[in-house]
Amino acid sequence: MKDFGYQKVLTLKDAVYLLDQYQERAGILAGGTDLLVKIRGHILNPDLLIDIKGITGLDEIRYDPAAGLSLGTLVSIRALETSTLIKEKYRGISLAAGSLGSLQARTRATLGGNLCNASPAADMAPCLLTLGARVKIVGKKEDRLVPLEEFFIGPGKTLLRPGEIVTAIEVSNPLALTTCVYIKHSIRKAMDLAIVGVAAALSVDSAKGKCEEVGIALGAAGPIPLRAKKAESRLRGQKLSKISIAEASRIASEEVQPISDVRASANYRREMVRVITERALHQAWGALP
Amino acid sequence: MREKVLRSHLIQVTVNGEIYEVSVKSKKTLLDLLREDLDLTGTKKGCGNGECGTCTVLLNGQPVNACLVLAVEVDGKEILTIEGLADGSMLHPLQEAFVLYGAVQCGYCSPGMILTAKALLDENPQPSEGEVKKAIAGNLCRCGSYNKIVKAILSVAAKKRLPSGYGLIGSTMGASGRVSTGKNSRSCSSVFPNLDSE
Repeated sequence: MKDFGYQKVLTLKDAVYLLDQYQERAGILAGGTDLLVKIRGHILNPDLLIDIKGITGLDEIRYDPAAGLSLGTLVSIRALETSTLIKEKYRGISLAAGSLGSLQARTRATLGGNLCNASPAADMAPCLLTLGARVKIVGKKEDRLVPLEEFFIGPGKTLLRPGEIVTAIEVSNPLALTTCVYIKHSIRKAMDLAIVGVAAALSVDSAKGKCEEVGIALGAAGPIPLRAKKAESRLRGQKLSKISIAEASRIASEEVQPISDVRASANYRREMVRVITERALHQAWGALP
Repeated sequence: MREKVLRSHLIQVTVNGEIYEVSVKSKKTLLDLLREDLDLTGTKKGCGNGECGTCTVLLNGQPVNACLVLAVEVDGKEILTIEGLADGSMLHPLQEAFVLYGAVQCGYCSPGMILTAKALLDENPQPSEGEVKKAIAGNLCRCGSYNKIVKAILSVAAKKRLPSGYGLIGSTMGASGRVSTGKNSRSCSSVFPNLDSE
């Protein structure tokens, strides 16, 4: 591995200062489960690793019924997997976290890292997309709050400018999506990337059986994790039924832009989007209180 | 103004209860620190990229792939490697179970497997079979001992009493991470002909 410098920072201010100094030559070291792999694979070549794990307050899971959920960028994937609060209120996030890599990876890997690594198959992205999550970004000149939908701009690319760092992911819940699920379709049950990852979130007026709000998001089905907005429109405001779910799933499969790669062909991915979206919607529907 | 980049660091790390002070380069992994600097070769290097789990150690009690942790990151932390499990010549129950259930074939995955199992049982003393399998999903075994490994782990969870008086049976190379000629060396099947049916 090529030699690099290492600096542990204890404050966000120090992190931003170094990031601004080093720009593209710095890498942020949180869990390191993607960063070190990429450095070894000569995909990334930083001169300096900035270890942000010492900054207090970035690893908190905060929930307030009015304000919603705030996830610090350093929250470990393992913490998301095992948190009682997340399992109860945002089950899809817990399922997604549990499907990632291995126990060893989940212990170190962080939410911010998974999103900033920006794999099209990023397991943490789809659920958060369905929940309308926003990304809190801190930089030298300004702080900004960006919808997760706009955060990914290409495979492995985010809209982060050099000198910026993600500090938290926020999910306000005015839509009161009462349930979300995540299904990862992959060859192996663990240690694998998704062929297709589907998140579905629903809220239903149980008296009328009407779908009030819905979110459908897909990983590994396009250059970035994306929301299936046309599929959502098919369901939003309408009575929920097997037929409407089936139709929405078909629409979702037409919205995506999958590629063929070593794991699956584009055709198979497209068909799996249809199948797994249908499965995820039924699971979300069945999980409604 | 350019900051000076630090490429070398003095760290203090506790490994198996002993404090070590070492000077390390930024890019040195915990795995290389353990194997090369501290001569603790029980932790194995497999893929070197976090995909096989042979380098699993416990960092502050949690299982991690040592190949994906930089040595400099463990300054001030506690590491448990396979060498730290046995108490003198008394094997840890997991080590004994692995040996007795035939969960050790070539032994290469065993240190990582055992430490992952220890972390699991420390957090969840009564795991289901599914929970055991999920916990060890990040530890690959090319000999295919998974069946025996799962049985061994479940036997420890169930606190199955191992027949007394047998101490170290056969070679404990895999379970302890180093070669040793076992006392009371007998083949497992002749001593415990019905082990598989337990």
